[in-house]
Amino acid sequence: MPSTVALTVARYRPEQESEPTFQTYEVPFRKDWVVLDALNHIKDNLDGSLSFRWSCRMGVCGSCGMKVNGTPKLTCAAFLSDHLPGPVRVEPLDYFPVVRDLVVDLTDFMRKLKKVKPWIIRKEERPLGDGEYRQTPDQLDAYTQFSMCINCMLCYSACPIYGLESSFVGPAVIALAQRYNMDSRDQGAAERLEILSGHDGIWQCTFVGECTKVCPKNVDPAGAIQQYKLTGAVHWFKSLLLPWGTR
Amino acid sequence: MPRPVTPFLWFLFSAGGTVAALLFPIHLLLTGLAFPLGWLPAPSYEFLRALVQHPLTRLYLFVFISLPLFHWAHRFRYTLYDGLQLKHLTELIAVLCYGAALVGSAMAAYTLWNFA
Amino acid sequence: MSAEPHYTLYHPRWYRRRVSVWWWLQNRSYAGFVLREITSVFVAFFAVVYLWQLRALAQGPEAYAHFLARLKTPGFLALNGVAFLFVLFHAVTWFNLAPKAMVVRLSGKRVPDWIIAGLNYVAWLALSGAVAWILLPG
Repeated sequence: MPSTVALTVARYRPEQESEPTFQTYEVPFRKDWVVLDALNHIKDNLDGSLSFRWSCRMGVCGSCGMKVNGTPKLTCAAFLSDHLPGPVRVEPLDYFPVVRDLVVDLTDFMRKLKKVKPWIIRKEERPLGDGEYRQTPDQLDAYTQFSMCINCMLCYSACPIYGLESSFVGPAVIALAQRYNMDSRDQGAAERLEILSGHDGIWQCTFVGECTKVCPKNVDPAGAIQQYKLTGAVHWFKSLLLPWGTR
Repeated sequence: MPRPVTPFLWFLFSAGGTVAALLFPIHLLLTGLAFPLGWLPAPSYEFLRALVQHPLTRLYLFVFISLPLFHWAHRFRYTLYDGLQLKHLTELIAVLCYGAALVGSAMAAYTLWNFA
Repeated sequence: MSAEPHYTLYHPRWYRRRVSVWWWLQNRSYAGFVLREITSVFVAFFAVVYLWQLRALAQGPEAYAHFLARLKTPGFLALNGVAFLFVLFHAVTWFNLAPKAMVVRLSGKRVPDWIIAGLNYVAWLALSGAVAWILLPG
């Protein structure tokens, strides 16, 4: 095992340059260190000007998503030992505007997420006295996988369609919409249909499948999208053949 | 707002892809390789004519030819749009692709209908 | 398609790279994806060949014999060989991905993906067998 490893980190300081550059740092190698540890070492000891996001350092907050050697990863889950012999290339996530160094702007995602109404929609709320909305374990199982999303945006960085078509709502948004569509307590599938089945929705997806590959929480957004394509197609036929019956 | 037609096009793509996946390998193996190369005895002209006379065969053949053409049209359209980034030609590409599939399907329908 | 970065409204200094036309060569997954999409061209090719065969069959024995002779040329044999490989690739990727779109729930539990894919493969074998049985004499 080497005693140090090189990290080649993307820098972008808009006040002094018009394009990103790379800077290489030599950090100590520890077999239990992840890329985030190395970045923090750089910031604490070598170069305090390096900017990046992180929080929980245990893979549940979704803050520390970056590209490590070209692949979108959570830097708190990317071990240095898996990326030897180095240099380890660290870059900001693709397809989002770079604000500074490794920090990207996620406003586009936030805006799109709101559009699919990721909350339980009821036609009529039950009065408190009637008790909770009960759910069997099987009903819970129908949407649990999609509820695991931590909004880390790795799937957006992996999706070439999102890169090519900036209006595409994207994998995580669709997976989260499905999380609510398939929740037995929810009655809002019709409200979400318009945006999901619209021009910027699921039909842009060509099932590259990279989103599911990079997802750190096994949400399988590609699966969510394909399922909704089938739902959307069935709904189209139903509304054509039985226009009075669609909800 | 006019009803979007994309779900239907995806359905055609899906149906065509299934037909192509299930039936094209064997037909291509036989017609394109095994029969011309003599690995297997080819059916005779008279046998094939008699086979195609049957209305069920004609229906099968129409589905066999037209659905995979629509599968190609939809998939190829997106390949050009995303792969080669020909965004500015998007309408032209759509018309050419689905148009070609329609022409192929019409030709198949015509040939099969008039098969005597 | 210049190399100029995108511009984000009100944020002129945010950096946005344009996606290169060669994006699909960047990693194996993307290249495999494009190869899968290209299979559609060979699917269309064979559909057209079959249409050609039908028209030759309708036009008479000479036309059909001419069609058969063309299929025997090395050019067409090579093309059909390549097309066969691509059509096979289409079939395999199609069946393997089918479970993603077709989620079947039996008594509340989701049927495992490998069963759905497996059923597709079984149907494939059965239909191929049926076609061969019909077309092969004796």
